Amino acid sequence: MSEIALQQSRPGLRVPAGWIVTGLVALAILVPYAAPETFGWAKTYPARWIVPISDWLKAFLYWLARDLSFGLFTFKDMTRFVSGLFGYALDVPKALFSSGITFGDEPGAFHIPRLSWAGIIAAVTIWSYMLGGLRLAVLGFVGFGYILVFGQWDSAMVTLSQVILAVLTGVGGGIALGILAFRLPRLEGAVVAALDFMQTIPTFAYLVPLVFLVGVGPVSGMLATILYAMPPMVRVTMMALKRVPPELDELARMTGCIPRQTLWKVLIPSARDDLLVGVNQVIMLTLNMIIIAAMIGAGGLGFDVLNALRQANGLGKGLEAGLAVVALAIVLDRMSRAMVELRPVHGAEARRRRYLVGAGFALLIGFTLLSFAIPALEQLPAELRISTGNMWSDVVSWVNIHLFSTADALRTFLLIYILVPMKTFMVGFPWVGLLALVWGGAWSLGGWRFATGMTALMAFIPVAGLWERGMTTVYLCSISVVIATLIGLPLGFLGSRSERMHNALGAMCDTLQTLPSFVYLLPVVMLFRIGDVSALVAIVLYAMVPAIRYTDHGLRRVPPSLQEAGTMAGCTGTQRLAKVELPYAMPEIMLGVNQVIMMALSMLVVSSFVGTNDLGKQIQVAISQADPGKGLSAGLAIAFLGILADRMIGRWVAARRTRMGL
Amino acid sequence: MAMASLAPVSPTVPPAKVRAASDAPPALICRNLWKVYGANADAFLRENPEPTPADIHAAGLFAAVRDATLEIRQGEIFIIMGLSGSGKSTLVRCLSRLVEPTAGSVFYEHQNLLRMTPGELIQLRRHKMGMVFQNFALLPHRTVLGNVAFPLEVQGLPKEEREARARKVIELVGLGERAGHYPRELSGGQQQRVGIARSLAVEPALWFLDEPFSALDPLIRHEMQNEFLRLQRMLSKTIVFITHDFDEAIRLGDRIAIMKDGVIIQVGTAEELVLTPASDYVSAFTGHVSRAKVLSAGGVCVPAVPGEALGPVVAARALVAEVAEAVLGSELPAAVVDAEGTLVGKLDRATVIANLVGGGQ
Ligand SMILES: Nc1ncnc2c1ncn2[C@@H]1O[C@H](COP(=O)(O)OP(=O)(O)O)[C@@H](O)[C@H]1O
Ligand SMILES: [Mg+2]
Repeated sequence: MSEIALQQSRPGLRVPAGWIVTGLVALAILVPYAAPETFGWAKTYPARWIVPISDWLKAFLYWLARDLSFGLFTFKDMTRFVSGLFGYALDVPKALFSSGITFGDEPGAFHIPRLSWAGIIAAVTIWSYMLGGLRLAVLGFVGFGYILVFGQWDSAMVTLSQVILAVLTGVGGGIALGILAFRLPRLEGAVVAALDFMQTIPTFAYLVPLVFLVGVGPVSGMLATILYAMPPMVRVTMMALKRVPPELDELARMTGCIPRQTLWKVLIPSARDDLLVGVNQVIMLTLNMIIIAAMIGAGGLGFDVLNALRQANGLGKGLEAGLAVVALAIVLDRMSRAMVELRPVHGAEARRRRYLVGAGFALLIGFTLLSFAIPALEQLPAELRISTGNMWSDVVSWVNIHLFSTADALRTFLLIYILVPMKTFMVGFPWVGLLALVWGGAWSLGGWRFATGMTALMAFIPVAGLWERGMTTVYLCSISVVIATLIGLPLGFLGSRSERMHNALGAMCDTLQTLPSFVYLLPVVMLFRIGDVSALVAIVLYAMVPAIRYTDHGLRRVPPSLQEAGTMAGCTGTQRLAKVELPYAMPEIMLGVNQVIMMALSMLVVSSFVGTNDLGKQIQVAISQADPGKGLSAGLAIAFLGILADRMIGRWVAARRTRMGL
Repeated sequence: MAMASLAPVSPTVPPAKVRAASDAPPALICRNLWKVYGANADAFLRENPEPTPADIHAAGLFAAVRDATLEIRQGEIFIIMGLSGSGKSTLVRCLSRLVEPTAGSVFYEHQNLLRMTPGELIQLRRHKMGMVFQNFALLPHRTVLGNVAFPLEVQGLPKEEREARARKVIELVGLGERAGHYPRELSGGQQQRVGIARSLAVEPALWFLDEPFSALDPLIRHEMQNEFLRLQRMLSKTIVFITHDFDEAIRLGDRIAIMKDGVIIQVGTAEELVLTPASDYVSAFTGHVSRAKVLSAGGVCVPAVPGEALGPVVAARALVAEVAEAVLGSELPAAVVDAEGTLVGKLDRATVIANLVGGGQ
């Protein structure tokens, strides 16, 4: 489009605009290298040009917190009110699951015990049985049993009580917003735009402002979790309500439902399955946030894992706590999924279900009542607990002795031949060249307006003085994305070729996605120590899933007629793949790569824990130093990178699809 | 078996339906009803009250219903028939105001439906109207009982009362055993019985059925048609029934309206449509139909010469198919008499055979 415009405006010029742009970009990159004296300013961003964005942000946040007033109440009042509300709300599940209620401080004060561990395990087992049969029951029993026996119960219940409140709020708020957007078409556009934005922003961008406004503690951990987990629920609700067959809406009107009846008696119940899928997603995202929330004071299992990572010999303990997170995640995931599958039944089967639900409650309450008399039912006595901390330490030393040389060789190889040169190259890349590159790429995808917007996003990094950390981020992300894609593509290809492989990969991806991101770090650190290699491996493991899924899905969607056409044209298998199927599936695969990038970006702060020096690190430092400006600017930089990648790939995919007539 | 008695021969086919008196007062009337889809359709229609299809197309609009005028009588089964996309569903949805008509008027028992406030409309639908949907539109999370009681629940009836009433209707459609089942546990035919029961639960005076049996297998469809006729004999409601199947239309309907591209081409009894089709389109619909099942003895008989020797006596209202056996079994032409027993004409073998053999004129 812009190509034509350019040519028309200068009819005498015959050189295509694409060539000119390519030439200019090449100049912008090469000149700073060629003439470092004259064009030094174009290579390293001059310090005196740095705009003190961090300071401005800091001042803005202070103004928010101190001076902003809405007349009747100030912004500070509002945040206080919200955090107070959640604080009180959190007291309920906390008393139920983790602390019980004690009247007075002196020893021997009257104490109402929390829900007994025996009751919870019994109820979880019975309910799992009701939802998914024997297999799920065993899973539930083993999962919660592990948490109990390995002494993780107390932390797990702190976590669980937060998870419950976060899930309830996330689901409730998500459904409410979804309904609002569904009902008021004028609002819908705004909501969708906000959701798109939220999903391209990595979690950490809002961590620091949140801590600054609400303070460190369980409440801000929970608010961060809700902000992270709620958007998908809004989306799912809107989609679910739209998917209710129009005949049901007509039925509601024909029977004379008022709008409220239409919504609650017809639309929402009919959308049950889709909504429950959303609930499952909220649960998983909430569990994913456990450890990140612990960084801002949520406590519980997340804190145990973090603490272990910080200590020299804590790996064993960390693994135990990490496995408890995994157990919790898997059990809750499978239970909520089974709930989606559960179909209403009548007669004997329905009575059996009611009976099992009742039995679960009866045992839960029964054991809890018993624990008034038998304290061991409230708190498992220490001598009955097992710790494998020592065993894990032994494993760690065994690994150190036997595998270390291999792992270290790999690590050194990666560092010397790939990581360090790449990093040096990226950090030393002329900033003018990088901006020109982004501009040129975006211009060819979407014209000069789009290009200017994208370049502005990129320019934030040098202008805010974040060049080194920003480029470290870009380097770490791009290498992980490349590796994750290189692993994911062939796996996805195999999955698309055989049903068995497809199912096996599906199960693997499910498991990988159920594991909270931090858990990857523990074994990785054990092998590769602190440093970029560990971060790389952890990111790759975490971010690989969409590459596999989307490749598999994309290749499976190639229409059989097209494959036959390829075969009939005399293609060999490889030719068919390269010339017919891959091009067809490419847009889908690129969407997968887009997801990989998003997930890699969201792992950054996590990976900064193992010693990288990127934007994630800056956020982590900002949290500990309570410097909201620095944290927010680093968060914005990550968010901008995410949006940049998302929009560019989105354009590419859209253009490609139109060209293929899809 | 000469002229022993003038009583009509007992028909071999059981009487399919009780025909509504053709002079019953109209219950539902629509006049010059339009539904035009597209931007600013109502402004367009205000400026051109009688646009041609070309005008509408040129304006970038689409007319699903054009200038429909109908009078549906109290207690009759009125069929709206047409190919898929001809605007049948849109028309009935305009009659119940599920779809807002672009122009025209709809009267139900002398009330203008289009002037009603949302509150009045809710009351009218709650108490006077019932609708059966093609794809059943059952609520998946409710049992049969819950589904049938749903319209009563919406009205705010107490639980015992609504369930008692719902159970009665469920018995009526023969699903008493399955009141506790969920829709997904029922066959298609059973599901539509639930849909029918639900629409009858409020005892509506006006009953809309939008292709209720089209999603069912032919055998089940036949069974459901019988069921429908049985119910109507008991309940005598004013019915607007949509179908795209002419056989269904003649089995069930008192009068049939044929639609094409949003226009009502012809309204009449099955016999009128067969004998005097308004256009080739109508004859295409009626062509394949066995005429003997549509035409009545009175409709095809020819005047008898006074004093002519006649064979068996048949009723003028009886269908040709019903009297065929009697006519063919006799050497003499049959005497056709009306309800009072007056001779209206004669029916000979050749005419019966010509009509039995099929669609040909
Ligand atoms: N909301 C709508 N917007 C635009 N066109 C519509 C809409 N609803 C129905 N139509 C069109 O109106 C025509 C008649 O539809 P319908 O009444 O459902 O036909 P039938 O029930 O006879 O199959 C169809 O061509 C359909 O595409
Ligand atoms: Mg229809």
